Amino acid sequence: MKEIEIIPEREGQVQRKGNVSAPMACNKKSAAGSVSQRACVFCGSRVVLYPISDALHVVHGPIGCAAYTWDIRGSLSSGQQLHRNSFSTDLREMDVIYGGEKKLLLALRQLIARYKPKAAFIYSTCIVGVIGDDVEAVCRTMTAEAGIPVIPVHSEGFKGTKKDGYRAACEAVATLLGTGSTEDVKPHSVNILGDFNLAGETWIIKKYYERMGIQVVTCITGDAKIEDIRRAHGAKLNLVQCSGSMTHLAKMMEEKYGIPFKRVSYFGIEDMSAALYDTAKFFSNDPTIMQRAQDLVREEVGNIYPQLQAYREELQGKKAAIYVGGSFKAFSLVRALRLIGMQTAVVGSQTGGPDDYKQLAEICDEGTIIVDDSNPLELAKFVLEKDVDLFIGGVKERPIAYKLGVAFCDHNHERKEPLAGFVGMLNFAKEVYSSVMSPVWNFVPRRQPGRAHTGMPSAQEKSVSLEEKTP
Amino acid sequence: MSTLSSQTVSACASCNSFDCDPSTCSARQPVEEIVETAPFAASTEGITAATRNACKLCTPLGACLAFRGVEGAIPLLHGSQGCSTYIRRYLISHFREPIDIASSNFTEDSAVFGGSSNFKTAVKNLRRQYEPELIAVATTCLSETIGEDMKRLFHEYYAENWEEGHPHMVHVSTASYRGTHIDGFHNAVRALVETLAVSGPRTRRVNLLPGMVSTADLQHLKEILADFGLPYTLLPDYSESLDGETWAEYEKLPSGGTPMKAIAETGSAQLSIEFGHTIAGTKTAGQFLEEKFCVPCRSLGLPIGIGETDAFLETLGTASGRTVPAKYRQERGRLVDSLVDGHKYVFGKRAIVYGEEDLVAGLCAFLCEIGVEPVLCASGGESGRLEEAIKTAHPAPLRKSMAKMEIRGGVDFAEIGEDAERLKPDFLIGNSKGYKIAKKLNVPLIRCGFPIHDRIGGHRLLHLGYRGAQRLYDEIVNALLEAKQEGSEIGYSYL
Ligand code: SF4
Ligand code: SF4
Repeated sequence: MKEIEIIPEREGQVQRKGNVSAPMACNKKSAAGSVSQRACVFCGSRVVLYPISDALHVVHGPIGCAAYTWDIRGSLSSGQQLHRNSFSTDLREMDVIYGGEKKLLLALRQLIARYKPKAAFIYSTCIVGVIGDDVEAVCRTMTAEAGIPVIPVHSEGFKGTKKDGYRAACEAVATLLGTGSTEDVKPHSVNILGDFNLAGETWIIKKYYERMGIQVVTCITGDAKIEDIRRAHGAKLNLVQCSGSMTHLAKMMEEKYGIPFKRVSYFGIEDMSAALYDTAKFFSNDPTIMQRAQDLVREEVGNIYPQLQAYREELQGKKAAIYVGGSFKAFSLVRALRLIGMQTAVVGSQTGGPDDYKQLAEICDEGTIIVDDSNPLELAKFVLEKDVDLFIGGVKERPIAYKLGVAFCDHNHERKEPLAGFVGMLNFAKEVYSSVMSPVWNFVPRRQPGRAHTGMPSAQEKSVSLEEKTP
Repeated sequence: MSTLSSQTVSACASCNSFDCDPSTCSARQPVEEIVETAPFAASTEGITAATRNACKLCTPLGACLAFRGVEGAIPLLHGSQGCSTYIRRYLISHFREPIDIASSNFTEDSAVFGGSSNFKTAVKNLRRQYEPELIAVATTCLSETIGEDMKRLFHEYYAENWEEGHPHMVHVSTASYRGTHIDGFHNAVRALVETLAVSGPRTRRVNLLPGMVSTADLQHLKEILADFGLPYTLLPDYSESLDGETWAEYEKLPSGGTPMKAIAETGSAQLSIEFGHTIAGTKTAGQFLEEKFCVPCRSLGLPIGIGETDAFLETLGTASGRTVPAKYRQERGRLVDSLVDGHKYVFGKRAIVYGEEDLVAGLCAFLCEIGVEPVLCASGGESGRLEEAIKTAHPAPLRKSMAKMEIRGGVDFAEIGEDAERLKPDFLIGNSKGYKIAKKLNVPLIRCGFPIHDRIGGHRLLHLGYRGAQRLYDEIVNALLEAKQEGSEIGYSYL
């Protein structure tokens, strides 16, 4: 096979630890003609706001953008399930020519009357950005008419990257802050920012804090109700997970309401414990909180440790490639893998910043490939070069791994098993183990040199190997 | 072609001027006025202005899928990045294969000044990375709306970059506000023959244009064509490229697909066979070949069920001068035998059928053949020919069953769900997106078509031919038996 090349424009976005001259050239638009694993601004906004379950999410544009984001995430809700629908203005040719405002307005009237949501988010897609619909004005009108917040989300796909979508989502959420009562908010209280309650993960984390005696006011946006968001400004501390998506909101809240924030991660024992301890330290005026945090960690780790050890013995020395959306998650994964004896040979993200990549390089082993905004060809090249045993990524990376006969762990928004918290670490180990140790890899070409295409040996090959064995 | 392409980049929609900023245009109707004039829909009667849980996908998805069925082709979406990523993700979740679709990655500048430089860079990067034989371009809503003139872009590009051995390029216009994924699919196939077919002395070749079917269906069609001893062009053919073996090394472009040469030869074939009653008479690839190269086009329904498969095999018989091979006569015989064995279990059962229009027409005809009553035939497609297609697919003695049938084009899953509550079907048949409706009604869902996102092997489901009918029949009967078994306390182990 001919060597897979790295597009020249992308050379600054691939590094090898131990051989790095300049900082990572990230935060770039993807090169034209590459098959990026990234989505668009709209995608960024949509994933962040998606879990708000009692709001109407209306995608203003042609049908695709809405259809592809229908019920695609595993974000659970304890109440309404409105978010699991896909509402679209489904613009047609005439709307594109004469403007889509009228259709949007009508759609909102009908949908609000039917579903009685607590708020509505209106996402602008690419086309809306060029036909110049005044979405703001429609939203203002509908807010007045329907008596609920109707919030425009400026998420035209081409106006930046997924990160800009996160930002637009934060700004949409910010319009709700400060509008609810904070009466019952306790002095030891936090908001969880950037957890989306995939497979119920928010609930797991929330319980930990409650066991420590800390009130969780709101999670933005995992299992969030509009009412909760309205009073989030009452909390004393913001805990920001998934740094890429929510730092902007945390900063806004710091500025406006004086709420400090901490970056945390809930993946892996080390990061999970650190998150709890950091929070306890913040509320140091009540030493019992730290005491309870320590008890909790001891108990939880004690519960899972023996099983983790067993996995570790089996997985020791195996190599992994990581390619995820946010770089902060990548840190946690490198550490979590190390905990189960595995080494990270390739690590990358869609949206990391220069500092993130520097930090990544610090925690990785020599020779690790670090990459920003990669594509299928590159990822395949790295996987083969490093001969990894496991790939951690999302649904778009899965077929690359499988096609090459490499084990895979889904660490993206579609996962159906909780991977956060202590119990999540165990689930993670279990999932890695059950993929890496599967006997099916015995049959894939990669592990059967000389049998490039078919797993079964041909008749001729068989007779040869028999002869070889006869002394 | 695009009615918008006469406009230059970013002409204002209200005043049609090129230098106007649409958001501040004075000719624009103020939103306050729109509020006054838009009818108030306070009642919950019908949601007319919004699509809720669409029963269709966007046009470029169909085009990309079709292009993936051409050997050595790489699809390139001219527009912004999100579309290609979403479409890939959606296709990958069904096929479980790598599906590379490139994008020219529009920025704000490209949206204002046009994407010409993005396009050129994209082609260069694709050539370097993938070494394709064909670069298959589809224009998304965005590039269509700003009126990108692809003919001119191709021209400009070639003028600067043409060289011996340069990959071919083909373009299909796929604005999603015109049509659905099925239109994108058919238009892409048409674009392929328009660009690549050449005339030549008439051959025995048959062009088979099957439309959007599964990889198992494509395999089966190839087997049938070979058994009739016919040289053929099956276009597109993603049976291998989207259902292949595990690789030893990464293949930039998966093997398989209709060879470019075979597409060229469609112009000299003796006959084109095109599946799909709803596309009959429209501007399809088959029509084009007929008009341009005088290759007669025979339009048939998807060969689902006995009647439609008979018609297909008869057509092949005529084209090949052979009788239907014994293998298929036996398959038909065994199918009929099994219909007899199971007829009581399915007779009078009520079904809701949904999906692409031609698939619905085919399934509906098959259900009528076995005594099931399709109470609702629904599609997100808006060709306006669904009813006609269903009628055509029905042999005269079965037309009676059409009387009680509701046929609805242009609907979404919310509407199908509302109808389902009223119609109380015994089962649903269609893609996996109807699962929630089936779950709510507590009835079985027979998965078929596209997409199947909640089961493995969705692309390997066979629908076509007697064999496909056999598989569908067994599955329907067994699902009904299981529902009966599960719904009873007695614990029958003998049904
Ligand atoms: S903009 Fe058009 S092409 Fe892109 S995803 Fe939306 S509907 Fe599909
Ligand atoms: S049209 Fe724009 S907003 Fe919609 S998916 Fe494509 S890039 Fe994203």
